Amino acid sequence: MDMDLMLRVYPFFLQAAGTTILLSVLTALLGLACGTLGAAARLSRFAFVRFLGAAYVSVFRGTPALIQLFILYFGGPQIGIQLDAFEAGVIGLGINAGAYMTETIRGAIISIDKGQKEAARTLGLSRWQAMYRIILPQAARLMVRPLGVNLNMLIKATALVAAISVIELTYTAQRYIGSTYKPFEMFLLAGVLYMIIIYATGRAVAWLDRKVQIT
Amino acid sequence: MSDHRKFVQIRHAQKSFGTLEVLKDISLTVERGQIVAIIGPSGSGKSTLLRAINDLDPLTGGEVWLDGVQVNKSLPFRQYEKHINQMRQDIGMVFQHFNLFPHMTARENVTMAPKMLKGLSKEEADKLAEEQLDKVGMLERMDYYPSQLSGGQKQRVAIARALAMKPKLMLFDEATSALDPELVDEVNQVMKKLAEEHMTMIIVTHEMDFAASVCDRVLFMDQGVVVEEGPPSVVFKNPEKERTRAFLRKHLEGAK
Repeated sequence: MDMDLMLRVYPFFLQAAGTTILLSVLTALLGLACGTLGAAARLSRFAFVRFLGAAYVSVFRGTPALIQLFILYFGGPQIGIQLDAFEAGVIGLGINAGAYMTETIRGAIISIDKGQKEAARTLGLSRWQAMYRIILPQAARLMVRPLGVNLNMLIKATALVAAISVIELTYTAQRYIGSTYKPFEMFLLAGVLYMIIIYATGRAVAWLDRKVQIT
Repeated sequence: MSDHRKFVQIRHAQKSFGTLEVLKDISLTVERGQIVAIIGPSGSGKSTLLRAINDLDPLTGGEVWLDGVQVNKSLPFRQYEKHINQMRQDIGMVFQHFNLFPHMTARENVTMAPKMLKGLSKEEADKLAEEQLDKVGMLERMDYYPSQLSGGQKQRVAIARALAMKPKLMLFDEATSALDPELVDEVNQVMKKLAEEHMTMIIVTHEMDFAASVCDRVLFMDQGVVVEEGPPSVVFKNPEKERTRAFLRKHLEGAK
């Protein structure tokens, strides 16, 4: 193993890891927004809106994220969507992650005992008041860990955008292999950096989960 | 027309789930300050009837009136939501499994709805919480979370929560059925206290002794109909109907 080489190139990898982190953060935020909307749709009192929510989940969980990225980035211009690689990466991965988060959020909401809603409604709270004051605060606590799993998957999925040439960790590793012919060292370096990012997020999620539990 | 001046009136209540008819043309009147117990075997429809009063389980036919206003009016969705939310503020309900809000302390459980719906200030809400929790003997545990309370204590907080909305009517859906036997009495004591204050109450219960001691009237339901109705002295001591006798016999044996 060529340690010298690894030490020489790692600053560039760190920079690329920064892009991976930025990509992950933006994707997570967009995913959370899509997931919230998706869950709201899945729980709507209108059958058509519920159908839209279910269709969103089936389509984006039912096809490879890579294909979704390719359609958006390479196919987009054909239908008038012009995005640079980074934008396409965030939007594509965000919408994809949102489909998974939809189910996480919906699952947490429907797992709250229906007696909670009944008690709230019985006191005179409206559907919406019962949702945001009684159901959501309890569901949010249940969501932390499974959303953490979604986050973990999403960070790893950012490696896919190397295929549309976003200069993040995986792409950077490939580029340095082109000039050094040392795939073992380069991919190992990228892998270690991914692991550090994921380990840190995992710890943060675990901390948050402890923090929000009731007494 | 029959008398809408009656305080609570259920007229020809009917409820079906598909082809299963769980309430078959039930009518019931409760005067202001009266306490009515509904007894009967499980599956008799007694909880369904109670939950129809605040429209938690909407009827498929018939009317429910409270203090001159029809609860289950037919209105467009949004208007109906507004109407029913208003009506429910006047109808307190206590559940078998308490349904306290686990993310709120006893105090917050009590003050949440009055603050949100009646715009109480923090000071007013705190005063209200002290008043209501004192009434159920839970003042010392005001800042405890439900998970830190026993079943009986939880149910007393749940009663305080319902009372904090100053309801005109209280509904109890097997309020002591989920409690350990030694915790039943503390909840019964609270209900007795309410009875002494002439709160109008409709109580679904399995506790015949309690029903006999506090209620003005007892309804025995079976298979979706009211089989027998009258003062506890008659229904418990001298029931007319064989079905009532059979039920009481079984139940009293079971209690021994």
